Amino acid sequence: MVVRRRLQRGHRYIESPVLQLALQGWRSRMVGLLLMLAFLALVLRGFYLQVINNEFLQEKGDSRYRREIEISASRGKILDRHEEMLAVSTPMKSIWAIPADAKKMTGEQHQQLSALLELSISDLDAKLATEKTFAYIRRQVSPEVAERVAALKIQGIYQEKEYRRFYPTGEMTAHIVGFTGIDDKGLEGVELAYQRSLLGRPGSRTVIRDRRGNIVEDIGASLAPQDGQDVHLAMDSKIQYIAYSQLKSAVEEHKAKAGGAVVIDTQSGEVLALVNWPTYNPNNRDSLTGAQLRNRALTDTFEPGSVMKPFTAALALERGKYRADSLINTAPGRLSIGPATISDAHPHGVLTVAQVIQKSSNVGTAKMALGFAPQEMWEMFSGLGFGQAPGLGFPGEVNGRLRPWKNWRPIEQATMSYGHGIAVSLIQLARAYTVFAHDGEILPLSLVRLNQGSASGNRIFSSQTMKELRTMLEMAVQPEGTAPKARVSGYRVGGKTGTAYKLENGAYVKKYIASFVGVAPISAPRLVVAVMIDEPSAGGHFGGDVAGPIFSRIMGGALRTLGVDPDAPVPTAPMKNDGRRL
Amino acid sequence: MLRVNVFLLVVAVVCALGVVTSQHRARKLFQDLEAEQERGRQLEVEFGQLRLEMSTWATSPRIEKVARENLHMVTPDASGRGVPTRSEVAKGGR
Repeated sequence: MVVRRRLQRGHRYIESPVLQLALQGWRSRMVGLLLMLAFLALVLRGFYLQVINNEFLQEKGDSRYRREIEISASRGKILDRHEEMLAVSTPMKSIWAIPADAKKMTGEQHQQLSALLELSISDLDAKLATEKTFAYIRRQVSPEVAERVAALKIQGIYQEKEYRRFYPTGEMTAHIVGFTGIDDKGLEGVELAYQRSLLGRPGSRTVIRDRRGNIVEDIGASLAPQDGQDVHLAMDSKIQYIAYSQLKSAVEEHKAKAGGAVVIDTQSGEVLALVNWPTYNPNNRDSLTGAQLRNRALTDTFEPGSVMKPFTAALALERGKYRADSLINTAPGRLSIGPATISDAHPHGVLTVAQVIQKSSNVGTAKMALGFAPQEMWEMFSGLGFGQAPGLGFPGEVNGRLRPWKNWRPIEQATMSYGHGIAVSLIQLARAYTVFAHDGEILPLSLVRLNQGSASGNRIFSSQTMKELRTMLEMAVQPEGTAPKARVSGYRVGGKTGTAYKLENGAYVKKYIASFVGVAPISAPRLVVAVMIDEPSAGGHFGGDVAGPIFSRIMGGALRTLGVDPDAPVPTAPMKNDGRRL
Repeated sequence: MLRVNVFLLVVAVVCALGVVTSQHRARKLFQDLEAEQERGRQLEVEFGQLRLEMSTWATSPRIEKVARENLHMVTPDASGRGVPTRSEVAKGGR
């Protein structure tokens, strides 16, 4: 048989002589042992990596699929008292690059990118020329442009979400609202003052992403983002606009250097409007000057002049030395105190206290003031808030200057009675006038909306004195007074003019600050409006001629906006039968 | 004994496949949820932008400009003003 023959030819496998040799048993046992040891080593290593020191592998594993993503929070809005938006954040994109990668883009891509981002080719190259591994190409790009940039699919160009702040009301509210820097940090105004509450806190969540970058699962705890709180200002943007447009046209008409106006609600102490000129557009701050940035009503002080006289008169009535109809001889319009002489712009003769205010007599006011002890006069001024910051929490608000009474000389006391030798800011002045409106109480002011109806403050004068003072203030806007142009049709108003020389390097120069501060309606005061025009150079310089008409327009507009009932007869057009006016 | 083992093996395999499918379905649903939430965020952003646009259109300077230039409105002087009494207002008179 074939098979058998073949087998017979060689050795049978089992009979191989090599296999016949007896191997030493220890060798196979040795190999077995070594293999066992190696296996044990692997098990121990595995145990070590998986159980004892597992952080390393855990981290490696996590880094492959686990991502922590930040959830951005938006900055709070700034709104006016009627929910009108004054400052709001909206998401934008910033375009950044890894320069080494981005340089490899094609010429066509290069051109498209520069066109989309409105950057010249050389500017774009300059941004990419850096050695760093990160470079912003353009920040705050609109989402539409960012999408088109993304569509170019250029290597090394990336995008990042960020917020940009918009100010719909622009320059009209610039000084109150302020603005933020590029990193959402308040730099001016309310944006700075309320930075803490406006700022949101970003949240985060840990997720698993798949190969395509989709989020497939939430793991671990997530931290919800906290949006910044909205700030409701006390401002009424309609009144703000009236004040802004009137102030602007007046400054232009009188070719003045600057101006400011403040409107205060005398029931709550809320600042309904605060405007300054010159101003700026917070949405475009490329060519900003210090003069534009200054919030004059809060940060600049000036010698107020005659607007201070009503306080002197009030103190005189309060102390019982004078009555509204007490006579004071102001002839011959001059008064010498020591070596100095003070004088009236127009000599008047014998005047009642009320007429001293109506006609704004320096001599008459000084005569009343010389009867006061310096300390009580200082206490009144200090009580009215002069010489101390108004406490709005606003950046840069100033104290003004009220020197300590101990070293007042009589001449200083006399000049201070009519507003010289004392420096105040417009907001301090407006606040001090709330005593006339609030029956002798001075109100704390507020830039933010308060929800209480009526506020109360420190009592400075009695309500009887204030009633008499309001009558005097109303006389000042009558035809015989200094500011007939400050009248408002339909409302009884009262106020006081101020025309003060400016101080430059410690000496008075022939430049003026015209001001008017007033209260209306006299029967039930609701508003205080203070107006200041710095260096009017055309169309007169007296407070009554320059600031009076602006006061009238702002006050009239504001009262009508608030729907305050008229307390004076309104000249009306005849009515037609259907109830419509002609 | 063998039969029980086979049975348990089948049960284990079925369970394993069930886990896989339900995990897959969960992820699919999660992705949908995620997409909807993203859409919600987008809409919120758009809402904010529209509100911003609205208040930009509605600023007082623009209203005055349109009123004066397009509608030729003027501020009435004292003789053109009238103040309705409270009873007139209550009646809805204009």
